[in-house]
Amino acid sequence: MTRAARDGARPLWLRSLGYWAFRYKRTWRSSMTETFVEPVLYLAAMGIGLGTLVDHHVHQVQGVSYLAFVGPGLLASAAMQVGVSESTYPVMGALKWLKTYEAMLATPLRVVDVLRGHLAWIVLRLATVSCAFLGTLAAFGLTRSWEAAVALPAGVLTGVAFAAPIAAFSATQEKDAAFSVIYRFGVVPLFLFSGVFFPITRLPGWLQPLAQVTPLYHGVALCRSLVLGDASLADSIGHAAYLVALAAAGYAAASATYRRRLVV
Amino acid sequence: MAPTLRSFLGTRAPAAEVTGGAAPGAPDAPHVAAADDRAADDRAAAEERAVAPAPALVVARGLVKRFGRFTAVDGVSFEIARGECFGFLGPNGAGKTSTMRMIACMSPVSGGTLRVLGMDPAIDGTKIRARLGLVPQEDSLDLELTVLDNLVVYARYFDVPRADARRRAADLLEFAQLSERAHDRVEPLSGGMKRRLTIARALMSQPDLMILDEPTTGLDPQARHLLWDRLYRLKQDGVTLVVTTHYMEEAEQLCDRLVIMDHGRIAAHGTPRELVERYVTREVVELRFATAHDQAAALPLGELARRVEVLPDRMLLYADDGEQILAEAERRGWSPVSGLVRRATLEDVFLRLTGRSLVD
Repeated sequence: MTRAARDGARPLWLRSLGYWAFRYKRTWRSSMTETFVEPVLYLAAMGIGLGTLVDHHVHQVQGVSYLAFVGPGLLASAAMQVGVSESTYPVMGALKWLKTYEAMLATPLRVVDVLRGHLAWIVLRLATVSCAFLGTLAAFGLTRSWEAAVALPAGVLTGVAFAAPIAAFSATQEKDAAFSVIYRFGVVPLFLFSGVFFPITRLPGWLQPLAQVTPLYHGVALCRSLVLGDASLADSIGHAAYLVALAAAGYAAASATYRRRLVV
Repeated sequence: MAPTLRSFLGTRAPAAEVTGGAAPGAPDAPHVAAADDRAADDRAAAEERAVAPAPALVVARGLVKRFGRFTAVDGVSFEIARGECFGFLGPNGAGKTSTMRMIACMSPVSGGTLRVLGMDPAIDGTKIRARLGLVPQEDSLDLELTVLDNLVVYARYFDVPRADARRRAADLLEFAQLSERAHDRVEPLSGGMKRRLTIARALMSQPDLMILDEPTTGLDPQARHLLWDRLYRLKQDGVTLVVTTHYMEEAEQLCDRLVIMDHGRIAAHGTPRELVERYVTREVVELRFATAHDQAAALPLGELARRVEVLPDRMLLYADDGEQILAEAERRGWSPVSGLVRRATLEDVFLRLTGRSLVD
């Protein structure tokens, strides 16, 4: 199939992205709270409240204040949360409840455009959230060098590493029951044990390798080293490569599951 | 209202001539002066002409659709001409929706050949869909958006410029009698309103071919008649319509030509009138008896008719002069609880062809 339709030249995936952006106009107010207020609340509670306590007893975590330590970790975990929430219920809704995908497929759009458009929208959401979070970190005086700016794409990458495979999974589901399982046994444990709140070296020895293979661990490590300005090139490439591989595998899987679900 | 629609469709006419008229037209049809993208369309249309000069908008030959081991569509052939309303009449499960989805280039063909607007759906799905308007069996409106936004957002999939989309949406909301609801959310609308909105949405791209899958199923009679009126108006304006239905009344009122489908095959095809003439008599006498015993006793009446159908609750006698049979029944002393003479319909044709009723 050729990309150009007779009616226009705008790339097809961009038209599907357009739908999500259009729809966002209805919900942006509530998501703004989520995007901008939550980081501040988390940083205040964890960094300042809990941080005072921690700093009082152990003085520093990995050579920085607890606030500086936990801030970038929260950035990565916020990206995970957005990535997961945007690739579960919205995908199910577009498939079954609202039949948005079905409506799109009656137009020039193809399955691959439907998928790319939706993922592109998730990337945009992740970019706004990461940007807001980084801005907050900067306002708290927690960014140390220009490298902190690279934490923006790092946050996006962390979120996509979750969103792409989960979208692939969501496209195989008939009900939303599995999503609460993803949260309970995926998101929450990762949030708590992937190095956001304490270095994973504090975990029991046998748990550490397990923590190291979770995507959030790599997201946290990448974002933290970039924000704190002590990133080594080799480590950063390693973390990013892991996340890119996960996102790419997720995209490939989603191409297959979307096709199987939507082309009948 | 009518002038609004006419002017709306008027603006689409040249586009339809340039690209759609290309199908039967001569290879060097006169160039219609238009915008740059139109010129590109002309070139694309010229290429289509060179490859496949199709006389009909849709041509199917031995079309098959399988789902695993189940064959939903089992080798159907038909042609749909420009400007006609073509119907697929049949009960649930006859393969109508599967056929529609293949024509709409949303479902791959399992066997046979299909050409839509002269193109192969497997190769040019995107190009074809750009010129189709689909009204799916199940509404796929965005319930959380407003009526107007549903139209505008849909037009954007076809890359209709935003300003044009808003203008068209206003015209089409008038056509669909939904102007007062333009800024309401879709969710609380009635079933009939949602169907009309879905039809308006399918018209946003000024399609060459409208595909309507069971457009009035689930609507109350009043909403159904209102919808038929809108579809009839589209037909008057020269829009090519493909309609599936299991209501024979709908098929009779709207369709110029139709096929009757059953178990994935085409049982018969023709105009509604031809089908009635070919398969049944002009009139039908419907007799209802108080008991099965009375009905059985009346069976010899069948000698008078060309054909008899005995249904659980009534007896149908096919004859060219129904009154004569009714009079004879009374003369012989068989007294039905009720007896009426009516014109034969497609329902009778279906009964004749399959031995079953259309709507169970």
